[in-house]
Amino acid sequence: MQTPDSFVFPNELHTTWTVMIVLYPYITGMVAGAFIVSSFYHVFGMEKLKPIAKFALVSSLAFLCFATVPLLNHLGRPDRAFNIMITPNFNSAMSGFGFVYLFYMTIVVLEIWFSYRAELIDKYLKSKGIVKKIYWTLILGNTTVNEYTKAYDTKIVTILAAFGIPVACVLHGYVGFLFGSIKANLWWSTPLMFIIFIFSAIVSGLAVLIFLYQFVHWLRRKPVNQDSYELMAKWLWGFMIIAVVLELMEVLSISYENTERWEVLRQLINGKLKISYVYLQIFVFSVGPFLILSATTLIKSIPIKIKNTMIWGASMMLLIQVLLMRWNVVIGGQLVSKSMRGFTEYFPGYFDKEGLLVSAGIILVPFLLLKLFDIVFPFFERPGEIK
Amino acid sequence: MDKIERRQFLKLGLYTTAGVMMGSLFAFSRTDKEIDYKSPEDLSKFDWGFLVDTTRCIGCGACVRACKVENNVPDSYFRTWVERYEIDKNGRVRVDSPNGALESFKDDNFNEAEIVKAFFVPKLCNHCYDSACTQVCPVGATYESPDGVVLIDKERCVGCGYCVQACPYGCRYIDHEKGVADKCTLCYHRIQKGEAPACVNACPRAARIFGNLKDPESKIRKILNLRRYGTLKPDLGTNPKCYYIGLDMEVK
Repeated sequence: MQTPDSFVFPNELHTTWTVMIVLYPYITGMVAGAFIVSSFYHVFGMEKLKPIAKFALVSSLAFLCFATVPLLNHLGRPDRAFNIMITPNFNSAMSGFGFVYLFYMTIVVLEIWFSYRAELIDKYLKSKGIVKKIYWTLILGNTTVNEYTKAYDTKIVTILAAFGIPVACVLHGYVGFLFGSIKANLWWSTPLMFIIFIFSAIVSGLAVLIFLYQFVHWLRRKPVNQDSYELMAKWLWGFMIIAVVLELMEVLSISYENTERWEVLRQLINGKLKISYVYLQIFVFSVGPFLILSATTLIKSIPIKIKNTMIWGASMMLLIQVLLMRWNVVIGGQLVSKSMRGFTEYFPGYFDKEGLLVSAGIILVPFLLLKLFDIVFPFFERPGEIK
Repeated sequence: MDKIERRQFLKLGLYTTAGVMMGSLFAFSRTDKEIDYKSPEDLSKFDWGFLVDTTRCIGCGACVRACKVENNVPDSYFRTWVERYEIDKNGRVRVDSPNGALESFKDDNFNEAEIVKAFFVPKLCNHCYDSACTQVCPVGATYESPDGVVLIDKERCVGCGYCVQACPYGCRYIDHEKGVADKCTLCYHRIQKGEAPACVNACPRAARIFGNLKDPESKIRKILNLRRYGTLKPDLGTNPKCYYIGLDMEVK
């Protein structure tokens, strides 16, 4: 809105990047984070994380399948989406997106295939009719499974996981770079942006895994593997500290430099972003989980049931925190007028093409897909299955 | 039918088909008027630049209206607009541009007695030498023509909006009807025919000057050689080609 003390360029009254662009980094963050967690076990040999490793990998794929949906919904000409790979302009930070995404997808799919090969063969042998044919296609007609093939599969999975870590970091760091390299935007333009994005990705990946792991076990009325659950909570605690501190240090250094940029951003933080950034993202959903996870990590005497509920609650809060962070970056940056004299408004609308209802759908669908994946690629080992 | 007749029949058929094809090729390739395509070498003799003399602008908005009509600019989006700056005796600055000054300005300024300085600043795409929008376009839809105009290939643009974010001057927008990015082209369709951009034509005060920066005899080059001028946000390294005479520090 234009008031006597505030001015925005006429074209800025329209917010170009909507809540869809908030969802994209949110979903890819979970993709990259979940993958990195699965690699903790595969590459770094953290045996305690074994029960969650496969689940993490399959979750990564479920989110990856839907990461581009908000982008396609946002593009003015989605029919031309493949132009980004057909006629890429390599001077653009965005042009590598298609290639990085495809490369990463290939790694995840291959890693899942090698992880589940033995189980898929077992299912193929036990199934009948059309299901048998589906499994036959999935295993590419190869039914050989013995100690040698298993050792080979494990070796390939380790190599893919090791290779996947830098690619996962690139995939998400790249999203941060897309924002951080825009010199025209006062709130985005910082070399720290991609580092903040990588750490927040790991936070959201760990948080979504803890959240789902506990949730699925509650549904199945089974206890979680306490060791891996608590280890993940500790990692979550550590990574959230780094992510939040990095973000606050960033603001601190801008404020200390006290240039014209801070004059504008100060008003943004104290004005339009006061509720979503200061109160919600920082005070409620960062400080809150920090205190909870500090308690669960440091205080040994908390009963397990209460401790697990606390961890679960903290993971849910951190999922909201990362979503708020994406919102505050993507939308917050666009609220600042390039005239440096005012701020715009943005509300996505409830039932619009790029509104809140569609957003909720886009976030929920990967979870449903994950449920479907569980049928083909069971996450958690059950008694009597091939070990 | 013996063999020789058949051969003759086939030969006749072949010649007829060939003849019809050649004829139609000739017939369809003819156009009423020869299109005068300029070669990149010819185009590179030009470097189109723009000059705004803010001391002459009266904020009538004729340029904004002319641009809208000439380029079919969608409502509430602007390829060019005019800003009004008012500075009062306490140093307070008020800036406005109601609907881009399409209907000029209302007489709703600060209390007249308090204003110590007021001026208008027309804005448009700066057609930067190192434009951020060209750099960030992921599909190469935004490009710089050999005669120095930043253009958009609307057949290729995917409408991602990255260029809108990258432009430091707020000159770009997404045309939601076509789903592609849009901005000032310096009326490329007009300048190719030797005409001035619509806004330049419409300005009653000659506040907008357009010309070939490579031509030492051009009006724009002569004025730039004579007067002191500035560009918008020079610190961002975009090297704008839209020069401003009488640029105030309050203009960003």
